[in-house]
Amino acid sequence: MINTIFAFINAAIIQAIPLLFGATGEIITEKSGNLNLGIPGIMYMGGISGIIGGYIYEHSTSSPNALLCVMIPLLSSILGSLLLAFIYSFLTITLRVNQNVTGLALTTFGIGIGNFFGGSLLSFFGETGSISLIETGKCFKASLPFAHKLGIFGKTFLSFGFLAYLAIIIAILTSIFFNRTRAGLNLRAVGENPATADAAGINVTKYKYLSTLIGGAVAGLGGLYFVMDYTGGAWTNNGFGDRGWLAIAIVIFAIWRPTTAIFSSFLFGGLYILSIYIPRLSSSNKELINMLPYVVTILVLVIISMRKKRENQPPASLGLSYFREER
Amino acid sequence: MQTNEKHIKEPLFHITKRTDISTLKAWIIRLIAILAALIVSGLVIVVITSYNPIEVYAKMIEGSFGSDRKFFILLQNTAMLLCVSLAVTPAFKMKFWNLGAEGQVLVGGLASAACMFYAKDSLPSWLLIIIMLITSVLSGIIWGVLPAVFKAIWRTNESLFTLMMNYVAIQLVAFFIMVWVPNGSSVMGVINQRSEAGWLPELFGQKYAINIIVVAVLTVIMFVYLHFSKQGYEISVVGESENTARYVGINVKKVIIRTMVISGAICGIAGFLLVSGTNHTVSKELAGGMGFTAIMVSWLAKFEPVMMIFTSMFIIFLQRGAGEIAMTLRLNESVSDIITGIIIFFIIGSEFFINYKINKRASHKEAK
Repeated sequence: MINTIFAFINAAIIQAIPLLFGATGEIITEKSGNLNLGIPGIMYMGGISGIIGGYIYEHSTSSPNALLCVMIPLLSSILGSLLLAFIYSFLTITLRVNQNVTGLALTTFGIGIGNFFGGSLLSFFGETGSISLIETGKCFKASLPFAHKLGIFGKTFLSFGFLAYLAIIIAILTSIFFNRTRAGLNLRAVGENPATADAAGINVTKYKYLSTLIGGAVAGLGGLYFVMDYTGGAWTNNGFGDRGWLAIAIVIFAIWRPTTAIFSSFLFGGLYILSIYIPRLSSSNKELINMLPYVVTILVLVIISMRKKRENQPPASLGLSYFREER
Repeated sequence: MQTNEKHIKEPLFHITKRTDISTLKAWIIRLIAILAALIVSGLVIVVITSYNPIEVYAKMIEGSFGSDRKFFILLQNTAMLLCVSLAVTPAFKMKFWNLGAEGQVLVGGLASAACMFYAKDSLPSWLLIIIMLITSVLSGIIWGVLPAVFKAIWRTNESLFTLMMNYVAIQLVAFFIMVWVPNGSSVMGVINQRSEAGWLPELFGQKYAINIIVVAVLTVIMFVYLHFSKQGYEISVVGESENTARYVGINVKKVIIRTMVISGAICGIAGFLLVSGTNHTVSKELAGGMGFTAIMVSWLAKFEPVMMIFTSMFIIFLQRGAGEIAMTLRLNESVSDIITGIIIFFIIGSEFFINYKINKRASHKEAK
């Protein structure tokens, strides 16, 4: 019984990491007033770019070097996510088009790229079968060497690859950035009221671009974690599923706070796989349990809008483009 | 560089809002955008596959118009996408971001499937079809009106609320399939295969004729509703400015809820048509992303029901065409999503050039 509980916690954390990357990335983006619904697409892109980078490297060398095995996919993943985040930024910030439409198109585009290359990368190199980067996956999965000596505690809480810890560190750093730095304050001002921020001499365009790009790159790492650590370097089309939307749900659940997002992700990660760990559950009731994360998110959304506490609200200009001459 | 210009920094471009642009000019800009998009997607195809892009586009046309059967599938898919697009349009005109059409269609379809599953052939088919239609519409309304009520009273963010409702609907469908299919398989077979109870009949020997006719009628109704009815006018006033609407005495809350009832009801009809007319079964993929594609269709058409006929057909053409490419050129089917994405980026980007004018900085000589 106790082993099952620890196994559950371990599995919940593993599920939580991609969600946390996605949620942190989306929080960074939303704080500037950009509601980026392209995050699910960006996460696919982050995953497949990492796979492509890793594949080309593993393909070109017979004795892969561990450091390069990590760095090349990491960099290519970030580049891929940045590319998509840039398309979104250019369209919504410079060309001021509708954020919802752009975001949804970006999701279609990103998932399309992911599944296209995931499905045909091998055939470009004249191979058949499915992608499986065992060496690269191993490097990403490498956990702390002493983790296994710590018994069940080590196994449950320390048996992850470095990206898992990175996710938590990024979330904490983001929180410090928002609350303890001038740039963070400026960013929040841009998201609340860009016209006022502009009048105060803050470069609205620069802040919006940077936060959307960095947010996209962070979210893309969630896709990379999924394909490298979780699946061990293998790609299945649509394997990432609806986790991107769940990440957006966590942003609401965590009321736009990165540190709260850490615990929310663990909770949602747990809810995501809860149905597997409840014994003697009929397959139909499993589907009802899987509904929980979304129902909980709706409840939180409704409650925060009913209570109207100012510090719990979404950024005031969320979803709106800013055009100086239109004030 | 002239010295007297040194201290005055003027940006290279400055942007002003266009107030008047002729419809013709606007459409020329959009056409240029589509052409540019096709060229860019062509380049992308060449780079990643080294196929001749013209050959690829020719295959796409063949995939949609190659035979009578293919053409009818194109029409049926267009009709369904158009139906969902019609549903989301009044809400969007009101600036209510209903991202939950997917879920509203799903529960509509689920309701129809439930009627078919439980009634079997105990009722005459025409009666069953009427009951299915009513329950589907009601389910769609419930799914659509719930976020609207919270939006109207507590200003709850509707795009996030409706987005989450999609997944609740998906899980609900998964739940019922598990209940209905005895062997624990997650795939629901065709319902009432033998008796065809609750199936929409063929018309003119075409399976999907009724779907297409229903959607055509809906398009006309929606056009009239938005342009020539008082309620349609109220929708556009609320969309332009809620404060203005309140000032002239429009009950904004009532308009929001009423419009989402309509939106949800049409989604329910779409779900009914998909189950009763097209698939005769229900699955988690019943709506197949149409709820999201419909948003782009509606937006590309500037919320004009008649224009939406063309934009929805264009999107379906891309998807069908890409399916054909995937088959004959042995490419992955997701190439359609990539091309759709690129084209939409270009078209939405072109809106900027329709709404705004770029003024180049006057040259130095003129400035003097």
